[in-house]
Amino acid sequence: MERLTFDLAAQPLRELNTFLHTGAKEGKVGHVTVLNPDGAHNIAVGLDCPIEVEVVGHAGYYAGGMNKAATVTITGSAGTGVAENMMSGKVHVKGFASNGAGASAHGGLLVIEGDAGLRCGISLKGGNIVVGGSVGSFSAFMAQAGRMVICGDAGDALGDSLYEAVLYVKGEVKSLGADAQYEEMSAEDIAAVASLLDQAGLDHDPKAFKRIASKRSLYHWNADANQEY
Amino acid sequence: METKPVQFKNLSREESYGFDRKTLDYIRNAAAHGLYEIRGMGAKRKLPNFDDLVFLGASMSRYPLEGYREKCLTKTVLGTRFAKKPIELDIPITIAGMSFGALSANVKEALGLAATEMGTSTTTGDGGMTQEERRSSKTLIYQCLPSRYGFNPDDLRKADAIEVVIGQGAKPGGGGMLLGQKVNPRVAKMRTLPEGVDQRSACRHPDWTGPDDLAIKIQELREITDWEKPIYVKVGATRTFNDVKLAVHSGADVVVVDGMQGGTAATQTCFIEHVGIPTLAAVRQAVNALEDLDMKGKVQLIVSGGIRTGADVAKALAMGADAVAIGQGVLVALGCNGETYFQNGAHHDAIADYNALGTTPGFCHHCHTGKCPVGITTQDAMLEQRLSPAMGAKHLKNYLKTLNMELTTIARACGKQNVHHLEPEDLVALTIEAAAMAGVPLAGTNWIPGRGF
Repeated sequence: MERLTFDLAAQPLRELNTFLHTGAKEGKVGHVTVLNPDGAHNIAVGLDCPIEVEVVGHAGYYAGGMNKAATVTITGSAGTGVAENMMSGKVHVKGFASNGAGASAHGGLLVIEGDAGLRCGISLKGGNIVVGGSVGSFSAFMAQAGRMVICGDAGDALGDSLYEAVLYVKGEVKSLGADAQYEEMSAEDIAAVASLLDQAGLDHDPKAFKRIASKRSLYHWNADANQEY
Repeated sequence: METKPVQFKNLSREESYGFDRKTLDYIRNAAAHGLYEIRGMGAKRKLPNFDDLVFLGASMSRYPLEGYREKCLTKTVLGTRFAKKPIELDIPITIAGMSFGALSANVKEALGLAATEMGTSTTTGDGGMTQEERRSSKTLIYQCLPSRYGFNPDDLRKADAIEVVIGQGAKPGGGGMLLGQKVNPRVAKMRTLPEGVDQRSACRHPDWTGPDDLAIKIQELREITDWEKPIYVKVGATRTFNDVKLAVHSGADVVVVDGMQGGTAATQTCFIEHVGIPTLAAVRQAVNALEDLDMKGKVQLIVSGGIRTGADVAKALAMGADAVAIGQGVLVALGCNGETYFQNGAHHDAIADYNALGTTPGFCHHCHTGKCPVGITTQDAMLEQRLSPAMGAKHLKNYLKTLNMELTTIARACGKQNVHHLEPEDLVALTIEAAAMAGVPLAGTNWIPGRGF
């Protein structure tokens, strides 16, 4: 497989994304290196084939957005909405990620080695997210399906209005959101956390994580829920 | 002398203006349930609307066109600012975004069939794109909503244009709702929700928060679709002058402004009736914003919210809209609030089913229950068969055709060879309120309230 390099200091982003949407699908190029991203927005968005993309440096908003099948690695940090609405494949951030990381991801794996900002995994719809560090407030807000593994701490209102997504946290949780509760870790939970940590290349004891899931008390309109909605 | 007791019937039974029978019912309902009322459709209260405007037909000072002989163009092009493939429509009347979930799959298919025959567009809704509507719609607008239910890049690439929904006229500032009765297995799967939950959609997008972020989000959607598809931004009408300017700043090709008469499948009544501004006021503000930015004609404007007739369409266009979008009118054309439904070659009485909902044809707003007596706003396997795609499409096509004929009739009478040549100078207002909101003179005067004499 051939390797190709795009230098965003010299080539426009449009050229990179066009290649990734068209030329990459021919299957001759297996790996694309993106140099000098310099925080550009929308790098490697809407990929639709199993290509590897390595962004050497920091990415702006929506890096790897709506990814399908591809593997996107960012050696630096990522801006807002990294891997938003991902369908499959993998997005791996070596540094930190800003707000809304993995928002509404339907599938695939998002790995953030450092910390993630506010609302990590918001509206998650089946994707998996592993965060090596901590996550900000309102993470996993209204998360519907999928799993989040948080190796550090979580901010306020973790898992507010959760549906069927499941969260695992190793560190401290500042507070749980409405309708989220701690639950027993089963053998399946421990195996799931071990598998996700393994895929993320992070070394933690899976037994040290707490499980958080929905109480399901807000699934139906209920006058006695006292404005919890 | 014997005197009879005197009874003053009208005094002793005087209804209170503030605490009228409707308000008493509202308070009793609140006391009984401890929850606000949720219902479908749009604002029911009396509002200044397009009926408060009339056209100044041609006479001595203007020259009319021959009503049935001379050409009057209705072609409408949307999304000319950045998109490589703008939307070209035969008529300026489009079908507003309504979800599969709120509507049955049959209805979505009917909308596509009729729109395709009439050369106009349909729009998805909060719940993703169904194969039925993609197949049946030549031109399909794909909504990107805060909930992102069913949102995926494959459907994005299949769409002809993308509509980023910030808000809706029935509930600007609020997310959607879909009550459990309508979250059947297919709807639940498309939205990744447990079956039967009372679904509450998010009111904010998960991955951006303000107009500067939206500019980047729109660029992402363009990059993913290789700058081919027009991007619409839809706002519920509130601070419309500023919101339209910010939508343009964010890079919209088309701005959709939905006034407070716009419908919904399920929202709190207090929201429907008390949040947002009338469509009439919103059109003027939106057009002013585009003119202020010198973007009139570069960024197109679609107006929705209570558009019913060809005259409404003509008035919206005259005020400066490029097209309109219709939701509730479309549903009524399909049979909403009708006394009968048509199935297996015959009309069947639906009144008992309305009565079971506590209502009667003409007043029904029970879309939220999923028990639509005429099979439109339902996910029930039996009820949805009351509306066949072919029959629905036939009625909708007739309705759209009628609106378009009315539109061209008015345009010709005003001497226009193209409906897009209708202009504010063709309009006057019948009430001071409408004159002030629409920014056209009160009939018989040259007074526009707020602009001096």
